[in-house]
Amino acid sequence: MTTTPENSSEVPLRVLDHNDIFRDEVYQKQFEGKREFEDAASKEEVQRVLDWTRGWEYREKNFAREGLTVNPAKACQPLGAVLAALGFEGTMPLVHGSQGCVAYFRSHFARHFKEPVPAASTSMTEDAAVFGGINNLVEAMENISALYKPKHIAVSTTCMAEVIGEDLFAYIGAAREQGVIAEDFPVSYAHTPSFVGSHITGYDVMLKGILEMLAKSPDADASKVKKSDKPRLNVIPGFDTYVGNHREYRRILELMGVDPLILGDHSSSLDSPAEGEYFLYPGGTPLAQGAQAKFSRASLILQQTSLHRTTEYIQKDWKQETVLLETPLGVKGTDAFLTEVARVAEVSVPTELTVERGRLVDAITDSHAYVHGKRVAIAGDPDLVIALTRFVLELGMIPIHIVSTNADSTFKARMEKVLSASKFGSEATVWPEKDLWHLRSLVFTEPVDLLIGSMQLKYISREAKVPLVRVGFPIFDRHHLHRFPIVGYTGGLHLLTQLVNTILDEMDREAPDHSFDAVR
Amino acid sequence: MRQIAFYGKGGIGKSTTQQNTMAAMAEMGQRVMIVGCDPKADSTRLILHAKAQTSVIQLAAEKGSVEDLELDEVLVEGQWGIKCVESGGPEPGVGCAGRGVITSITYLEEAGAYENLDFVTYDVLGDVVCGGFAMPIRQGKAQEIYIVTSGEMMAMYAANNIARGILKYAHSGGVRLGGLICNSRNTDREDELIMELARRLNTQMIHFIPRNNVVQHAELRRMTVIEYDPTNSQADQYRELANKIVNNDMKTIPTPITMDELEELLIDFGIMAQEDETVIGKAAAVA
Repeated sequence: MTTTPENSSEVPLRVLDHNDIFRDEVYQKQFEGKREFEDAASKEEVQRVLDWTRGWEYREKNFAREGLTVNPAKACQPLGAVLAALGFEGTMPLVHGSQGCVAYFRSHFARHFKEPVPAASTSMTEDAAVFGGINNLVEAMENISALYKPKHIAVSTTCMAEVIGEDLFAYIGAAREQGVIAEDFPVSYAHTPSFVGSHITGYDVMLKGILEMLAKSPDADASKVKKSDKPRLNVIPGFDTYVGNHREYRRILELMGVDPLILGDHSSSLDSPAEGEYFLYPGGTPLAQGAQAKFSRASLILQQTSLHRTTEYIQKDWKQETVLLETPLGVKGTDAFLTEVARVAEVSVPTELTVERGRLVDAITDSHAYVHGKRVAIAGDPDLVIALTRFVLELGMIPIHIVSTNADSTFKARMEKVLSASKFGSEATVWPEKDLWHLRSLVFTEPVDLLIGSMQLKYISREAKVPLVRVGFPIFDRHHLHRFPIVGYTGGLHLLTQLVNTILDEMDREAPDHSFDAVR
Repeated sequence: MRQIAFYGKGGIGKSTTQQNTMAAMAEMGQRVMIVGCDPKADSTRLILHAKAQTSVIQLAAEKGSVEDLELDEVLVEGQWGIKCVESGGPEPGVGCAGRGVITSITYLEEAGAYENLDFVTYDVLGDVVCGGFAMPIRQGKAQEIYIVTSGEMMAMYAANNIARGILKYAHSGGVRLGGLICNSRNTDREDELIMELARRLNTQMIHFIPRNNVVQHAELRRMTVIEYDPTNSQADQYRELANKIVNNDMKTIPTPITMDELEELLIDFGIMAQEDETVIGKAAAVA
C-alpha cells in the first residue's frame, strides 16, 4: 500500500515507518526536483567518482592526506573522564565548560548503554570565557550539592576551559573557602583538553585524579582495611564499556579465592535494574575501598595505553606490585591473566575455570571450519584492538588491516609481538593514527571477509558489503552486547558466537539454492 | 628545587634581568633551567648566544603534536650548563599564546625536564593577562614571584596589577611574592619610591639595579654581563641579586593597592602633580 502524508492524516494511529515513508512518490519527486537547485552532477558522474574513490589511485591520495582527518575512531577526553567518574560510588561527574559538551557525553553513553547517565556542566558562556569560569564552577558545586547530594564530585574540562587556562585546583579551593562545599568534601579533578589525546587519555587522567585524591583521604588508613583471609587484588579494567567484563573479572577472581577490588567499576551505575525506583548513583567502586586500594597486594592493569598515567602514578606512590597485562581476551589472554593472578595471590586455578577453558577450546574446534582462514579488518581503541587481534589469530583467522586512530607510539611494537607469535599474522598491516576513511580505502582495495569494530564501521560494511561484528565503543545500533563479557573464557565464547554466527548469516544470505544447507 | 617566575610590564627588562641573574646563579654552582613564556621567544638568547631558540610550540606545529617531540630537541644547554626552553607561541594577531604556555609546561613535566635542578625560572610576558600566562604560578609550579619594575608610573601600575594576580592564587596555590626588583630608569627618587610601593604591597624591594650601558653592550653580542665582562661592577649587581634570591626568606601574600592609592603615592613623591579637577575633559583651546 502506498501512503502519502495526505492520506496518512486520515489514519491517525498509523505511524509511518521511516524506511518506507521516503520511498513514496511524493518524496521521490521532491528529491528529483531538488537536484535542479543543487546544481547536482549527473548520476553517472557521481557513480564514476564513487568508483574511483574505491580504487588504488585514490587510496594513495587518501594515505598521502596530512591536514585532514575523516571519521576518526575516537571521542574526546572529557567523555572518558565522565566514564571514569561513573565508576565510583556516589560520584557526580562535573565537566567545566560549555553545556553542549556534556549533553554530548550523556547522549553518547545513553545511546550505548541504554541507561540514564548523570553528568553536570558548569555551563560556561561568553562572559565566563572572558572573565574566567570560577563563578560557574563554584555555583555548579553549590547546585550539585543541594540538588543531587553526591558523595564525591569528579571535575574534568572541555576545550573552552582549557584554552583560557582554567585552574581547577585553585577554583575548587575557592569553593571550599566560600563554604559552598565542606573543607573535607571529596573533589577530584583532571585537565582534559581534547585537542590532544582521546577518550582513553581522559579516562586515564581522571582515574588517576580520583585515585590520587582518594589515597590522601582519611579512609586511606591501613588500620581501616577490613581484615580478610583472602588476598586483595586491584583490578583496573581501563576504558572498558563492557559492564559484563567488570562482572566477569569479579567472578573469576572470587572463584580463585581472591578478594577483587575493581577500580572504576561502572557495572552497576551503567546497568541498573528496573525495579520500580530510580537511583541517581546505583553503584560504583566504594570510595572507602578506593582509598584503601594502595594497601592491596597488587594491581592488575588490563589496558596499557589507556592506563599509562595511572600506572605511572601507582608505580611511584603505592608500594605494591603492578601486573601489566594485555586485556584478557581468548584462550591465551585469559591463561596469562589467570597465571598472573595465581602467582601474585598465591592461589591455584580452580576446576570451574579449567572446565570453562575446555568448553571454549571445544567451541573453537566446533566452529573452526567456518572461521579458519577468514580475512578480517579490525579497528578500535589500541588496547582492545591488540587483544582482539590475538584472539582472532587463535581462531586461525587472518588479520589484514588493523587500524587504531588513538594508538600511541608503543602500539606498533606491541602489535608486531602479537602478530609474529602466530603463523596467521604475517599478512597484517598495522595502521596507527589512521581513521575510518583510510580503512574504507583499505577494505575496497584489499578486500576482507569480516570487519570487527564499533558501530561506526557499519557504513563501510554496507558500502563494501562486508559483514560487521560489533565489538568496542560506541555501539548504538545493537542492543545488550555490552551486558555480556568479552573477557575470560566465557567472554571468548561470546565473541566466538558473534563471529561465527555473523559468518554463517552471511553464508546463508549468499548461498545458492543447492547449498542452502540446514546444517552448518 | 625552587621554581620562581619573573613578571613585569613589557619592555621593563625582565628577560635581561632574568638571564643575567640566572647566569650569576649558575656561576655560583646552582643548577638552573629557564622556561621562556613569551611568544617572542627571546628569554634565552643571552644564554644561548642565539637569535631565538626553536620553541616547543613551533616544533610541535611542525611535527603535528607535542607528543611527537623529543625533549632534547627543545631543551638546550647554554653557558654554565643552564638549561633553556622557549614555550613560544603564535604570530601576533592569531591563535592563543596562553594555551601555548599551558601546553609547553605540561609537556615539560611529562617529558621529565624537571629533574636534577636547583632553580627553574619562568620569564612571563608583560602583565598577567589570562589563565595561560598564570600557568607558571599555579599549584606545584612557581612558588615565588619577582616583579621587575621601575619608577615609571606604568611600570608601577603593572606591578600592582601583577600583585593582584598573585593574590588570586596565593590562598589556594601557595604562591608568594618574593619582592620587587627595581630596574632603574634613573627617574627621581626611584629607590625610595619603589621601597614605598614595596611596603604598601607587603613586600620588599629585593634589589635596585642601577642603569649601566654595559648591559646593552653585552646584549648586542647576545651575552649576559656576567659572561661579557665578569669584572664589571654591573656583573656584581646581578650576583648580589642572585645571592639575595637564593637566601630570600621574605615571601609574602601581597596586598595590592587601589589606583587612587597608587596615584597618591606618585603625588607624594612629586612624580605627578596634584590633580586639578577643573581641567579634566577640557580641550587645550578651552582651558
